[in-house]
Amino acid sequence: LAHLLPNRCQSFLERGLLLLVMLIFLEGTALTLGAASSPDISAQDNTGGHEHLDDHQGIAGSNDRTNYTYTKKAFPVLSLDYHHIQVPFEISLWVLLASLMKLGFHLIPRLSSIVPESCLLIVVGLLVGGLIKLAGEEVPPVLDSNLFFLCLLPPIILDAGYFLPIRPFMENIGTILMFAVVGTLWNAFFVGGLLYAVCQIEGTYLSQVELLPCLLFGSIISAVDPVAVLAVFEEIHINELLHILVFGESLLNDAVTVVLYHLFEEYSGAGEVTPMDVVLGVICFLIVSLGGIAVGAIYGILAAFTSRFTSHTRVIEPLFMFVYSYMAYLSAEMFHLSGIMALIACGAVMRPYVEANISHKSHTTVKYFLKMWSSVSETLIFIFLGVATVAGPHAWNWTFVSVTVILCLVSRVIGVVGLTFIINKFRIVKLTTKDQFIVAYGGLRGAIAFSLGYLLDKDLFPMRTMFLTAIITEIFFTVFVQGMTIKPLVDLLAVKKKQEAKRSINEEIHTQFLDHLLTGIEDICGHYGHHHWKDKLNRFNKKYIKKCLIAGERYKEPQLIAFYHKMEFKQAIELVESGGGVKLPSAVPSQVSMQNIQPKKLPPPVAERALPQFTKGREEEIRKILRSNLQKTRQRLRSYNRHTLVADPFEDGWNDFLLKKQRLIELEKKVRPMSNYLTVPGAIPDSPTMCRARLASDPNAFYNIKASSDGVPTIQVDLASPQSPDSVNMEGADRDEDQGLMMKPAGKGEKGEGGNKNPGLMRCLSDPGPSNEDEEDEPFLP
Amino acid sequence: MGSTNSTLSKIPNVEELMQETGFTPAHIVRLYDRFEALDKEKTGHLRPQDFGAINRLAMNPIGDRIIGAFFSPGQETVDFHSFVRILAHFRPADKKRPKDPSMPEPVNSRTSKLKYPPLVFSLISVAFQLYDQDKDGKISRAELLQVLRSMLEMQVTEEQLESIADRTIQEADLDKDDAISFEEFRKSLEKVNIDHKMSIRFLR
Repeated sequence: LAHLLPNRCQSFLERGLLLLVMLIFLEGTALTLGAASSPDISAQDNTGGHEHLDDHQGIAGSNDRTNYTYTKKAFPVLSLDYHHIQVPFEISLWVLLASLMKLGFHLIPRLSSIVPESCLLIVVGLLVGGLIKLAGEEVPPVLDSNLFFLCLLPPIILDAGYFLPIRPFMENIGTILMFAVVGTLWNAFFVGGLLYAVCQIEGTYLSQVELLPCLLFGSIISAVDPVAVLAVFEEIHINELLHILVFGESLLNDAVTVVLYHLFEEYSGAGEVTPMDVVLGVICFLIVSLGGIAVGAIYGILAAFTSRFTSHTRVIEPLFMFVYSYMAYLSAEMFHLSGIMALIACGAVMRPYVEANISHKSHTTVKYFLKMWSSVSETLIFIFLGVATVAGPHAWNWTFVSVTVILCLVSRVIGVVGLTFIINKFRIVKLTTKDQFIVAYGGLRGAIAFSLGYLLDKDLFPMRTMFLTAIITEIFFTVFVQGMTIKPLVDLLAVKKKQEAKRSINEEIHTQFLDHLLTGIEDICGHYGHHHWKDKLNRFNKKYIKKCLIAGERYKEPQLIAFYHKMEFKQAIELVESGGGVKLPSAVPSQVSMQNIQPKKLPPPVAERALPQFTKGREEEIRKILRSNLQKTRQRLRSYNRHTLVADPFEDGWNDFLLKKQRLIELEKKVRPMSNYLTVPGAIPDSPTMCRARLASDPNAFYNIKASSDGVPTIQVDLASPQSPDSVNMEGADRDEDQGLMMKPAGKGEKGEGGNKNPGLMRCLSDPGPSNEDEEDEPFLP
Repeated sequence: MGSTNSTLSKIPNVEELMQETGFTPAHIVRLYDRFEALDKEKTGHLRPQDFGAINRLAMNPIGDRIIGAFFSPGQETVDFHSFVRILAHFRPADKKRPKDPSMPEPVNSRTSKLKYPPLVFSLISVAFQLYDQDKDGKISRAELLQVLRSMLEMQVTEEQLESIADRTIQEADLDKDDAISFEEFRKSLEKVNIDHKMSIRFLR
């Protein structure tokens, strides 16, 4: 932000103005929402909708329908009909509010570094709720359980599951499962049991609270919440191991929570639980968790399989992924299986295959949409928590609430310490005391607990309001106290932070090498260790699964190559963005690699050291031709068609780019220049920008261009379809002659091997950012 | 325990072996059983063919290099002691073991910077040795290419391999001698948590 507003006075003024606007907006929102929450609104679309529809029909309907005499009024030029759009309007207003709040926080840098975002959002929610109440209206029950579980939670979980770092997760799966299952069970019973004991004490007037409701309460409140954990841990940048431990635990304990919740809820009516029920409960747990994972995996495979065929309809690729994932969640919820685990399984299973199939743009879309939705969801959840707190109803009981809070803390600490003691016997890298502390301290509760409490039946559980109050207090305590203090504590204890490591190709190669080495040693020892199984899984994957689920020839591509291309590409982008510009060399690896260029230095030294030089004359020629052609082509853009994407010529041209690169190597070997001069003609600097400028959006377009005899190319706006078998690559071999810059129309170049040589590249490309898309130079053809 | 003891008594110099490598008696027995299973002709020595008989090892891209690691240059066979010694390199480093000054430094000291002194190896050293077939102390471009070729199993073209090899060397090569020395190798792996990810559990 600092560089955007260089003038300090101006920045303060602007920021102040923005905040003022937001506050006014806040007030207005509150009033609107408050007014809107008058009785006829129960957030039920249907009733509202039908009502309005009838209204409309009544008014706009023909005269014979109505019974009353139709007196002619002046034609209403402008009228206000709020009810018509009420529900969508409210929803949009909430979302807008949430996003503006998020925006606002980041404008106040000091605040956002002290207080985690989640706290601020809850405060905003409290404010909004308070304003609504002040306005005299009834606060809408926004954190409705249906809304929460069906709309707000899935995006967050899908985002988490899709981007879950599989390797650390699998390495620590034993520890994670222990914490998730045994830890949650321990918490639930400890808290529930001791609460019951406390309730039985004479002085508390709580003796009507029975054992089973207490255990139910314990199970609700003992689950670590993924949303809260994500929100807080995201800001403290802790090392990968701890992050994955706490986060994995929060995800996997859903199954336990679901089972316990249903178990106790079922039998609270009956009043007792027999051993048979316990056995059934255990079986139920296995079914819930494994079933959830199975459902997720099935949908994941379906999504991967579908993505194999989407090469002609790139526009809707992201949609498939979202819909399949959501259906996985809903299907799991339908059978009361663990929806969260289904989502995670779906995302994790689908990812490697889908990423190999979908286009670069779709990949970016998916990434951004997931992040966007999960961000909005998270913001909304916290705001709604605040509003729901104000809404009440509350039944405050000092004993109950304070005992809950204390017990939760205590049980968490004991649980973590005890479990770590057992787990460390099986771990190679032990968990230190510091790690244990962070794990214990990071056990935050959140909105899931609240929603589960909200779901409780009022009649069966007369103490529901007390439970809700206690849950809210616990949530507030963990989010505010623990959330705010965890960052300074992490610094104080000097816990290892996340290493911003850019994975180098060395690491990649050597780790693979070591993997093979250890698998080999395991084989020699005759030991079926986890390397052995991992290797087996990989082989199976490569042999059967990838063939089915990945389109085209891409399944053969080894991971290393994809990784390498990704790196080269990233570096190319960096170079361009840092102003390397036209002076980039053709990427002849043996002489000049991306490595040689230090992007931050001034162009001249770079050019001298690393470039194959063109004579000045030639350079000027190149520039002139480019300039003139670029100007002409802008005029020839055909009409816009909603169903086709303007293909990023760069993306599709990458194939050609690399092909040229390879051909250049061959050519170079042939020609062997005396100095660094590349006299090989046609070796125009293949900088990405140049590529974009030169290559057509769709190679097929080459053939659709009726000879406009002036040779000015037209742009065929067509789908990016790099995988189509007609993929044409620019013929470079023709340029052997000293044609200089005469770019001949491309013949049908090498297909097959050439085209498929770098298939995985485009899939693995990182997003160059929106700016690149905007500046898409029209490609031109000779 | 009885069978363990009897097996142990069959092995000559077993205490010395245990001290040197840090294996427990149970480990030694397991390894001995394995050794005997591999040694089909009961000669008390293993030859490369015996290793080759392990099916899964044949599928391993660097299988033959691994086998080669067991045999010191010039040696045709490996006896049980060498077998165990080499396997001891793959034990996870146990930081908590008390440093008894009278004991020789345990075989798995990661901080050791020496390359070839006997028995003071680490997993990284073993890996480096496997890369460096001609034992000149550096991984040259050709050696790297060989490894890449065997790992990527002919799925890529020569040019791609060369590009990758070039880039790898450029990334790691700090003294610009166009080869990767042990120090550079070790440095490039310092971010990877070797002990954690790369140990064979049962050899603890």
